[in-house]
Amino acid sequence: MSADTQRTHAIRTGSSPVTRRALLKAGAGAAAAGAASLALAPLSRIAWAAGSDEPIRIGFQVHRTGIGATYGRWYERTANAAATYLNENGGIAGRPVELVPEDDGTDPKRGAEVVEKFATAHGVDFVYGPLFSHVVIGSAPRAGELKMPYFVVSEGYHVASGSLNRYVFQPGITDVRAQVQAMAPWVAGNLGRRVTMMFPDYAFGYDHRDYFSAAVEAQGGSIAAKIAIPPTESSFTKYFPQVPADTEVLYHVMVGPGVLTFVKEMGEHYGSNRPQIFGFIDSLEGVDIASPGLSFLEGTYLWEALPRYADGLDSDANRHYRERVGINDEGASVDDPKDVSTNSHMFGCWETLFVIKRAVEESGYRSRNPDDVAALIEALEGFDSFDEGIPHPQGYKEFNGALHQCYGRQFISEVREGRLAVVHTTSIEDGKYEAEADYTTQSL
Amino acid sequence: MKGGPGARVLALHLGLIAALFAAQFVLGAYHHTNLARIMVLATYAVGYNLLLGYTGLMSLGHAMFFAAGMYGAGLSIYYLGFGAIPGFALGVACALGLALAFGAFALRTSGVSFLIVTMMFGQAFYLTILYFNQVTFGDQGFILSDRLPAALVDPDVKYNAALLVFAACFLASAFLVRSPFGRILVAIRENEARARLLGYDTYTCKLVVLTLSGGMSGAAGAAYALLFSYVGASFAAILNSIYPLLWTLLGGAGTTLGPVLGTGLMFYLVDFTSGWTSAYLFVVGGALLVLVLFFPLGVMGTVRAKLAPWIP
Repeated sequence: MSADTQRTHAIRTGSSPVTRRALLKAGAGAAAAGAASLALAPLSRIAWAAGSDEPIRIGFQVHRTGIGATYGRWYERTANAAATYLNENGGIAGRPVELVPEDDGTDPKRGAEVVEKFATAHGVDFVYGPLFSHVVIGSAPRAGELKMPYFVVSEGYHVASGSLNRYVFQPGITDVRAQVQAMAPWVAGNLGRRVTMMFPDYAFGYDHRDYFSAAVEAQGGSIAAKIAIPPTESSFTKYFPQVPADTEVLYHVMVGPGVLTFVKEMGEHYGSNRPQIFGFIDSLEGVDIASPGLSFLEGTYLWEALPRYADGLDSDANRHYRERVGINDEGASVDDPKDVSTNSHMFGCWETLFVIKRAVEESGYRSRNPDDVAALIEALEGFDSFDEGIPHPQGYKEFNGALHQCYGRQFISEVREGRLAVVHTTSIEDGKYEAEADYTTQSL
Repeated sequence: MKGGPGARVLALHLGLIAALFAAQFVLGAYHHTNLARIMVLATYAVGYNLLLGYTGLMSLGHAMFFAAGMYGAGLSIYYLGFGAIPGFALGVACALGLALAFGAFALRTSGVSFLIVTMMFGQAFYLTILYFNQVTFGDQGFILSDRLPAALVDPDVKYNAALLVFAACFLASAFLVRSPFGRILVAIRENEARARLLGYDTYTCKLVVLTLSGGMSGAAGAAYALLFSYVGASFAAILNSIYPLLWTLLGGAGTTLGPVLGTGLMFYLVDFTSGWTSAYLFVVGGALLVLVLFFPLGVMGTVRAKLAPWIP
């Protein structure tokens, strides 16, 4: 199978060229599949014939392996769905879109290597796709040095904080500082003003610790305790007694495989006499809310960026998006109901590709020469909003060109009968904060 | 080539450095950058090989020395405004100091106990970086780009700086293992009790080589921070202790060229297979199994055994 055929295949199926399972089934099956793919290659080419020019090649930096693999799997499906949709509708500036995936192993060292590979071996026009903060921060310096437009779907505050460089943009998902700030008015007004925070003792947790605590205090509330839990912890029973008795709201943002144990032990500690509980869906992305170990979450609340269940956001754009990506009304894969999506993050891959399309078309970008790249970046920095619709199913967004960051509405959902029911939608204003950077002052 | 073993060894090592210098003029941009990175990582493997290959001490905590160099350089540049060269020097000094202090009591153990102690301290060092996240930025790490000389963005500067660090450590390693001190290390590896009976202070010898090994690992870490502008806790995690072990075993433990070759082979093996399958670690593992079964001495170890016994 040629490299081009592999990429076409990846875009059309939403899978990596060879998965672990596929590798283990290698042999006669692989030979047959290879022959079939080669036979289909001419048919695949017909799809690209809609464009009359060379493709826009976009390096897709994906967490196929490592701690981010669950997210990566859905990010890749979403990006492939967006690319396929674009190609069926005229591509970008009349040119087909070609995604060139590379696995970064959710590792900052490999992430930087992958960015170099995109720039110097694959010769792509742009790079996009990474989620995990440490991978983005480890890769961004090389993107800047190589003058490679780098679109991240990371949610982290590192873009808007000004710590990266002028080539890095996050136009498809709101950053975590705005997210947690937007939660505070509703939490303080509906659940309680005395909050204890339990968060992982690493970067993701610190953004919550710093920005949510400040936002709650701005609402007249107070923080009873901040309990940092080391990432190596597998049992949490010793942490729950540290929660002060006057706590009205327990705020949790645990992530990783320990989350089921965390919830189970929280239930064993509190029983029926619990404070209000509010958490971030990051804890449960890719996990079925109706899992037996999560029954204690019944009646608690979770942040969502885009509702997992279809009835949470009943719009044409959202229905179209879900159909194209292949998720059912419960937020799982249409092919496998046990394969639950990471719906509060992966829409950023869809939306980012449409922002790239708009930037290319408005700037007149043709190839990755310094003038075209500069024009593209200045066009991006000139954007101020993205309207809700097929390109932006999550909703209307404001874009701050100086910060390279977008801001959208957020959702708060209650766990009811093992499902998530949206009870509140925040405004963009709820998450606004004072800007701390201006990338446009940096030279290109 | 005619001449004694010393001349051939010298020619081999200088020839490798000359070849690496010349490679920058013929390689395309992709392999040019890769080779710069491989030289930095090979410096780490060269340091590791001094301990494993020549002294017989297996460490699973060497990432702490790499990270000591990385954070020593990175934090001094980030907070204290150090320049690139003073930052690099401080990074190496931090790694040397840590290796000396760690070795002073860890070397009271040996064998499996030493392995476990190195792993425990390596993990403790990693968690310490996470614990002091207000200073170190924890797992997320921090960027040095805007605090480093603009010249370091130039691929040629990166390449030649990496070559300079690598060449210094590589030649020092070759000199060391061929010196009388290197012979004592090999004696310790083969039979430490006998070396002690012969009157050698094996504890001090091991302490010296551990310190040098840690220093070279720290030089690699400091160079990585400077050349690739990123400092992060993942470089202190146990996986980064396992890498130099694999590179050394693949290339040939106890050979000066082996760690260099192993680093390059492993880099390209991962790079190539990850573009082909998400199960690239499965392929890498398979390759290592084949190696262990059929070439237990590693590539250069096998070459030395079969073809060129004069290779150090």
